[in-house]
Amino acid sequence: MSELIENYDVCVVGAGHAGCEAALACARLGLNTIVFTVSVDSIALMPCNPNIGGSSKGHLVREIDALGGEMGKIIDKTFIQSKMLNKSKGPAVHSLRAQADKAEYSRAMRMVLQNTENLTIKQAEVTELLIEDDVIKGVKTFSGGKYLSKAVILCTGVYLKARCLCGSSINYTGPNGLQPANHLTDSLRENEIEIFRFKTGTPARIDKRSIDFSKMEEQFGDERIVPFSFTTNEDEIQKEQQSCWLTYTNETTHEIIKDNLDRSPIYAGIIEGTGPRYCPSIEDKVVKFADKNRHQVFIEPEGEYTNEMYIGGMSTSLPEDVQEKMYRSVSGLENAKIVRNGYAIEYDCINALQLKPTLEFKNISGLFSAGQFNGSSGYEEAAAQGIVAGINASMFVKNKEMLVLKRSESYIGVLIDDLVTKENHEPYRMMTSRAEYRLLLRQDNADIRLTPIGYKFGLISQERYDKLIEKENLIEKEVDRLKSVSIGGKKKVQEFLEKNGSTSLSNSETLYNLIKRPELNYFVLEEIDENRPTLPSDVCNQVNINIKYEGYIARELRSVEKFKKMENKKIPEKIDYMSIQNLRIEARQKLDKIRPLSIGQASRISGVSPADISVLLVYLEHRK
Amino acid sequence: MTEDTIAAFATPLSSAGIGIVRISGENSINIIKKIFVPYKKDTKEFQTYTAHYGFIYDGDKKIDEVIILVMKGPHSYTREDVIEINCHGGILVMKNILELVLKSGARMALPGEFTKRAFLNGRIDLTAAEAVMDLINSQNQYALDNALSNVAGKLNKKIKGLREEIITETAFLECALDDPEHYSLDGYSEKIEVKVKNLIKEIDCLIETFDNGKFVQDGIETIIVGKPNAGKSTLLNCLLGEEKAIVTDIPGTTRDINEQRLVLDGICLNMVDTAGIHDTDDVIESIGVKKSLELIEKADLILYVVDSSKELDENDKEIIDRIKEKNVIVLLNKMDISNNNTQLEKQFENIVSISAKNGEGIDNFINKLNDMFFSGNINFNEDVVISNVRHKNLLVKSKDSLELVLGAIYDGLPEDFYTVDLMDAYNFLGDIIGETFNDDLADNIFSKFCMGK
Repeated sequence: MSELIENYDVCVVGAGHAGCEAALACARLGLNTIVFTVSVDSIALMPCNPNIGGSSKGHLVREIDALGGEMGKIIDKTFIQSKMLNKSKGPAVHSLRAQADKAEYSRAMRMVLQNTENLTIKQAEVTELLIEDDVIKGVKTFSGGKYLSKAVILCTGVYLKARCLCGSSINYTGPNGLQPANHLTDSLRENEIEIFRFKTGTPARIDKRSIDFSKMEEQFGDERIVPFSFTTNEDEIQKEQQSCWLTYTNETTHEIIKDNLDRSPIYAGIIEGTGPRYCPSIEDKVVKFADKNRHQVFIEPEGEYTNEMYIGGMSTSLPEDVQEKMYRSVSGLENAKIVRNGYAIEYDCINALQLKPTLEFKNISGLFSAGQFNGSSGYEEAAAQGIVAGINASMFVKNKEMLVLKRSESYIGVLIDDLVTKENHEPYRMMTSRAEYRLLLRQDNADIRLTPIGYKFGLISQERYDKLIEKENLIEKEVDRLKSVSIGGKKKVQEFLEKNGSTSLSNSETLYNLIKRPELNYFVLEEIDENRPTLPSDVCNQVNINIKYEGYIARELRSVEKFKKMENKKIPEKIDYMSIQNLRIEARQKLDKIRPLSIGQASRISGVSPADISVLLVYLEHRK
Repeated sequence: MTEDTIAAFATPLSSAGIGIVRISGENSINIIKKIFVPYKKDTKEFQTYTAHYGFIYDGDKKIDEVIILVMKGPHSYTREDVIEINCHGGILVMKNILELVLKSGARMALPGEFTKRAFLNGRIDLTAAEAVMDLINSQNQYALDNALSNVAGKLNKKIKGLREEIITETAFLECALDDPEHYSLDGYSEKIEVKVKNLIKEIDCLIETFDNGKFVQDGIETIIVGKPNAGKSTLLNCLLGEEKAIVTDIPGTTRDINEQRLVLDGICLNMVDTAGIHDTDDVIESIGVKKSLELIEKADLILYVVDSSKELDENDKEIIDRIKEKNVIVLLNKMDISNNNTQLEKQFENIVSISAKNGEGIDNFINKLNDMFFSGNINFNEDVVISNVRHKNLLVKSKDSLELVLGAIYDGLPEDFYTVDLMDAYNFLGDIIGETFNDDLADNIFSKFCMGK
């Protein structure tokens, strides 16, 4: 029997948010790339919440953009509402979140994929990995086609052996009734890849016309919209925005849920997978936080050309009839018509401890993976891994050094390091508290942190890089100027200080030091800063933050120095932990399983104590 | 490899003779310059292998008259710059000097750390490696012992309580930052200011217990138990007659029993002289069960004297039952005659063979006492007391971090800045009880707060 055989540099399996970034990175780095999807219509699908960004996820999108990824650009084109969260807090936790027009988002991303050189889109289910002597050789599809390649990136999302649950009704499909991928898991198992089963869920979508918005609080977007991408012109994206709405569950809602818990597949024990604690279903919230008599519910539009509204905060897998009763008990939803039911979805993913920090499998050369397949959750987390996996698969093919982002330089680094170092028993979500150096890892300086890296790996153009260098120079020059300009106790200055509730000057003081006063900042000082040059707003912003929080920033930089020392102490690949007699057994097993690249990484493994690390250091020295 | 600068006592603390505080690391010379004033003012840069006579000052306050030995790396034990301060022994003086060194930029050395550095820097040959690792590894064992030991358990519990308070606040803050639409921080800074102030107060109290030298001044309540003729009186006399012992009566004692203060090698024991009030040697029998239980309950340390030439009997079992949960040093007396008590080894960790009659093994006993004292294993019964310089140092750091939180509140900084120093404080406290960073925070957020879309 004759069979189809094609040759590529890289195969990307899956075209969700991870797959898209991975495929684009490979193709843009000049590699002949093919991306597989079970349905071309579901490229960059947003099957759950209709937004991009949010606390710490907004950071990820900025970082993806700074590296040369696509997500930020697409959401800038397709958002219908935008908000900077935490504006009243420090700059480290400001975070951008946009409501997406879901259909438009998918379409725009698909357009980019279709028009990218070197990139082929193929609708097919990949069923088998072709591996010889622990080296990836390509993939095989359900119809028997063989696609030979030097590298493969698995981005299967929630499709592996997926099943959707709603009460006792079970659909063996992926999200939105899409075809699942039922065969690849077996091929993974055959190649000794450890499989986990995770679960997540989504709320119902309700017809806009059946909602009484007069009973809800309207939630507006920001007056001035800030773009995600550093390349988007802010002025060009100001537009009329759609509103979201806030309402609450009540005691009646909770009663309905409690009365029907036995019909929930989770509480009835039908669900096997582990769900995320940070994104609980409404059933979980009512059970675990029984003392709360109401929970917030956000009603969010799914797009401009649809009547469907997403019911944020009420994800559920209760049976259809209970869902209807439950949603209708919420103020403003009394006559709600459900368009799509809420459901829980279970899927296969891997234990990401099997990956190197490059996202390559430890035991299969040339095989990479990204996204929910690695046990993460969220579009942004997926895309962030996608671009790194794409870059590294390309470097693998080109036989060049791969990219490992550090915890001290990016949220992406924190995300991947956590995934490949720490035992993860639920879908992993990014949070700002997971980043140790978050004052350095701000969303506003993602370009300064990462664009030089994107440039080095070839995803950032010369022009964009030059612009960044210019920006950095402007910042440096302005900070220097502020250090050198002293102002005395002139009447105008004293009046200004008094007006701003600041102590008057007895001696002259530099503008630099005045900015540090809690009640002042770079922007208000303009009034008494006579020779201030006109600078772009992002430059002004950096100047202000760098000076105002200099003390904290300096302290974090010192911690980073210590951190780097430990990261730079590399552990040889072939080390035999089991033979290190002085290590406790638990530490030996953990180290042997995870095989950290550095002492720093080793120290983050739970179950490895500081004393174990000392023993390891001595042992390594001993070997020399 | 240059690491931070470390310091520790290089000799056991003692009330007489000379004691040495050792400093090692690239900052050693800078530190000594800050606190040492040479007798000859013209002393030039400290050259390697030189000794300098002068005084240690804490600001304007003269602490001690000392001789400084300078050994510059790589020609030193650790191959780093090493300074040894030869001071007058005595717990308070040595403690003050070490504290001053720590305050001036050094960190308290971990067990075996000088040796570890010596090894890592290639100073010790390979055969020493195993021994070094055993030494370091004892930290694991130490942490375990500490958690299990009844008395140190109190410190553990106290520190855990403080950490719990800190992480609860941090978790709330983080949760509000991660999910600002569900959790508001309005008015939170006033609340957390009160909490942080309380935490500082509590930590201050702990630090004070150390600063007062309460431990050293008040002494360890010690009781000698054992069967008649096991040799309790002989032991007491032997200790009292020991050269190193300083004996004083405790004035104004309100107890109905006589108590004597005995300073052994710098460690102060309040010995309940049961022999003095009762003719019989048998505490358990003569004072009666109630009284003896009370004494045992109150005691910080029990010296259990056993006649090792005889088999254990019912009476011994009764004594063991009553004391096994306490800090006990078993003294196998009459080692000159015989020594066969494997049975006790199963029950007690600290066993020393002595001969009270001719003073043999008493030095071992004093060393054991020292070990227990300075590892924090002996403590006061009623309160949590900080007896370990390393612990104190970490408490101070933790307090400093909390002060920074207050500073941020007063400066009107946004709330997310609080978490930086709250987590520092949390981790310093964690170092005391051997629990350092892990996923506590995320776990706490998830368990306490309802988040999500």
